[in-house]
Amino acid sequence: MSRPGFVLDVDDRTPPLLVHEGLGFRLESFPLGTRVIYPPESLPAVPDVDQAIVDALLHPQDMDPLPELLFAGMKLTIAFDDISLPLPTMRPPDIRGRIIEHVLTMAADAGVDDVELIAANALHRRMTAAELKHIVGERVFRSFYPQGKLYNFDAEDRDNLSHLGTTDKGEDIEISKRAAESDLLIYVNVNLVAMDGGHKSVGIGLASYKSLRHHHNAKTMVQSRSFMDHKHSAMHHSAWRIGRVIKDTVKVFQIETTLNNDIFPKPYDFLQKREWEWSLKDQASMLAMKRGISIAPPKLKHKMFHDLRSVYGLTGVNAGEVEAVHTKTLEKVHQQHLVEVQGQSDVLVMGIPYVGPYNVNSSLNPILATCMGLGYYFNSYIGQPVVRKGGAVILYHPLNEGFNQLHHPSYVDFYEEVLAESTDPAVVGEKYEQQFAEDPWYKHLYRTSHAYHGVHPFYMWYWAAHAMDHVDEVIWVGADRKVAARLGFRAATTLADALEMASGTVGSSPSITYLHNPPHLLAHVK
Amino acid sequence: MMLALEMFRSVPRTVAGRAVGGRMPGILSGFAAPLRLMTIDEPKVDRPGWARLKTRLSGICGSDLGMLSGKTSLYFSAVVSLPFVPGHEVVAELLDDCEDLPAGTRVVVDPVLTCAARGVEPCEACVTGATNRCSRITVGHLSPGLQTGFCKDTGGGWGQQLTAHRSQLHPVPEGFSDEQAILIEPLACAVHTALRAGVVTNDRVLVSGAGSVGLFATLALRQLTDAGEIIVVAKHKHQKELAREFGATEVVAPGEVLRRVRRSTGAFQLQPEFSAPYLLGGVDVAVDAVGSKQSLETSLNATRAGGRVVLSGMPAAADLSAAWFRELEVVGTYASSQHEESFRIATELAATDAVQQLAKNVATYPLHRWREALDHAHSAGRLGTVKVAFDPRSTR
Ligand SMILES: [Zn+2]
Ligand SMILES: [Zn+2]
Repeated sequence: MSRPGFVLDVDDRTPPLLVHEGLGFRLESFPLGTRVIYPPESLPAVPDVDQAIVDALLHPQDMDPLPELLFAGMKLTIAFDDISLPLPTMRPPDIRGRIIEHVLTMAADAGVDDVELIAANALHRRMTAAELKHIVGERVFRSFYPQGKLYNFDAEDRDNLSHLGTTDKGEDIEISKRAAESDLLIYVNVNLVAMDGGHKSVGIGLASYKSLRHHHNAKTMVQSRSFMDHKHSAMHHSAWRIGRVIKDTVKVFQIETTLNNDIFPKPYDFLQKREWEWSLKDQASMLAMKRGISIAPPKLKHKMFHDLRSVYGLTGVNAGEVEAVHTKTLEKVHQQHLVEVQGQSDVLVMGIPYVGPYNVNSSLNPILATCMGLGYYFNSYIGQPVVRKGGAVILYHPLNEGFNQLHHPSYVDFYEEVLAESTDPAVVGEKYEQQFAEDPWYKHLYRTSHAYHGVHPFYMWYWAAHAMDHVDEVIWVGADRKVAARLGFRAATTLADALEMASGTVGSSPSITYLHNPPHLLAHVK
Repeated sequence: MMLALEMFRSVPRTVAGRAVGGRMPGILSGFAAPLRLMTIDEPKVDRPGWARLKTRLSGICGSDLGMLSGKTSLYFSAVVSLPFVPGHEVVAELLDDCEDLPAGTRVVVDPVLTCAARGVEPCEACVTGATNRCSRITVGHLSPGLQTGFCKDTGGGWGQQLTAHRSQLHPVPEGFSDEQAILIEPLACAVHTALRAGVVTNDRVLVSGAGSVGLFATLALRQLTDAGEIIVVAKHKHQKELAREFGATEVVAPGEVLRRVRRSTGAFQLQPEFSAPYLLGGVDVAVDAVGSKQSLETSLNATRAGGRVVLSGMPAAADLSAAWFRELEVVGTYASSQHEESFRIATELAATDAVQQLAKNVATYPLHRWREALDHAHSAGRLGTVKVAFDPRSTR
């Protein structure tokens, strides 16, 4: 049995604690009494992955076994999560590829020959051939990619979108035409955090801007408490409304997988251990890595981190009807991530690591760093936020990686132009979102290059809307001052300085919580 | 005898052979300056229609600075006559009666020395009132010189006294300050620029530069045309504020121009090897109000195919590929034209609140502090000044 998540109060025996900050980390001495929330240790992996997959396909939730849904002459579409999941990238073979192989075997047995595979990247960038190959595996790639039967979803390909109507709240439902017109749509998901999966998969992953704008906006995001609890997330409510209409029109067979917390391979596994349990060997690895980082040029540092492949163990695979499957998934995800926390604190401290969903093989620009901290990490709670209303958030990141011109062209304009005018998510959304969403050049780069859709930086900023609304002070430790100011935040050199700066808001002896991730954790704040 | 600043040798000639790297304000005011403060004879008036003027204020224009620092093309060496007293932005009072204008009248000067002023038969351009296109600027009663301030015989505003022909004179309305009046000539040029820009309703316009030329062009474009968005390129904080007051929709820093134009026009951006990026698509009209290579290329690169680029600053050599490839109309805009009534319209613009405010900020210098004055004019943008002028009446 694994150990549950762990809450520690810093006392005079606590060693300095590891805090991630982009392409590096530091050892920080926290004030006495700081509450540290560690992620739970990894759940055991299922012993036989292929057996688990076959079991799930043959014994689905609230649906007939997959072989009974397959028939000769049918139109079968397999959609799957893109490169944004899991984080970091999984060491090959990717679990999605293994599932797809089993599905294709069953389809072949049933005489199905009209099969297409679509990466459900929504408004994310197109993946390269190599990235697609990594997800589906060499064999599937070779059989489908050259014929154009394995491809990235294109949310701007008007001819290949279907408008399925609107929800009772007037939300447009516009998704991939191929998926909508299939006799069976199989969705293969990797559920890294509780936010993913369920109706979010098809309803968001295969949707166009016209559909996404109804829930990806500042107002909806502010009202999502939390993103990790679909019953209390306004964004998920919308996705669920949309998903239910899709379910009535399209037969969806959902396959969701859950992973354990083994994200750092040896010799970097010290990164997910508790500091006072570091062995001499761990300490040596830590020092070696820290020294390596301190002398490495930025490019090499980037490579050191981004080449890292995780050794996740599969903790479960469930297939069948979307909502029934997702209930099972959430149980497992919560079992892996939930940590019980008593009460809120005045200050929340978080270290932002090098990778997020939108900078795989790319740079974590300041907007993405904000989204990671104030969007994903801040929202890693159930019940109520870890920090109290009107409290302070302290983040660690240098905010210095710049903008990748290939992947994030519209981010530069968003940063230079939109944030220069206002950092209020509602204000900038109102004034600029549509212009960016409809900009022909961004559309062109999204469709033909490897750029995120023009509207994407707005979505990143909206993710942070709830946090910005909730806390009174956001301070970045070790950040470029000018960049922090452009984002509407402040920068400090040290934690002590940051606490001093926050004292106007939270007093001189605030209660502090440090969220010690990654790996991922989900604070259940009572 | 009178006190005047005199340009006594051709800087284009002396500097042309020398490699002048970057901006060299020192050359304007240092020992190498081709300018000297002299006591000289007043310019003579012995022809009908001419009168003597006593200078009240005379502005320093970008073209003056260009001439003094030797940046001006040798092209112009044929249309000036040395030595001359510079100063073509002039507010002065008449010392003699001049036809219908009695002595003592306060006037501003249209500096162009046309057929009328030279006493020759009007050329084709002058007949139609396009006086800024006069083809007789080197002949007649006067030495060569395209304008007052570049001609040996007329004197210029940088001296205590000059002469001018009735065709050049425009009375200053009651209630105008001298500082306000000194802005009328550059505003008249801006009126001409705005009309040359060929703006049609809702055209997107880029004005590259927010010195006096760019600011006044912005004002004129906003007041006299149906331009839609006007994007102004400004370096300094106070220029940004002024550009907005003068009618800019957006103000951007030089490094942001292409990005902002691309965004607001939905254009595609290309990145050629080893040179500046350019747009496919872009603004309908661009006005280069700086004249530097960079500003001109930005204007060319940010204009849509078939659009118009207006050369408002005296232009430097630039890569004209865009003009060819994108079929741009590149048009010059020089001085102002009488048939447009540029001076009348400019006088109206000079009465607006925005210009009145700006007039309060005109910096004046006595002639003997000419080195300081030129340095100030050269750094005017950075120092928060829009116009620097000489006050030859002043001794301190
Ligand atoms: Zn001038
Ligand atoms: Zn003429």
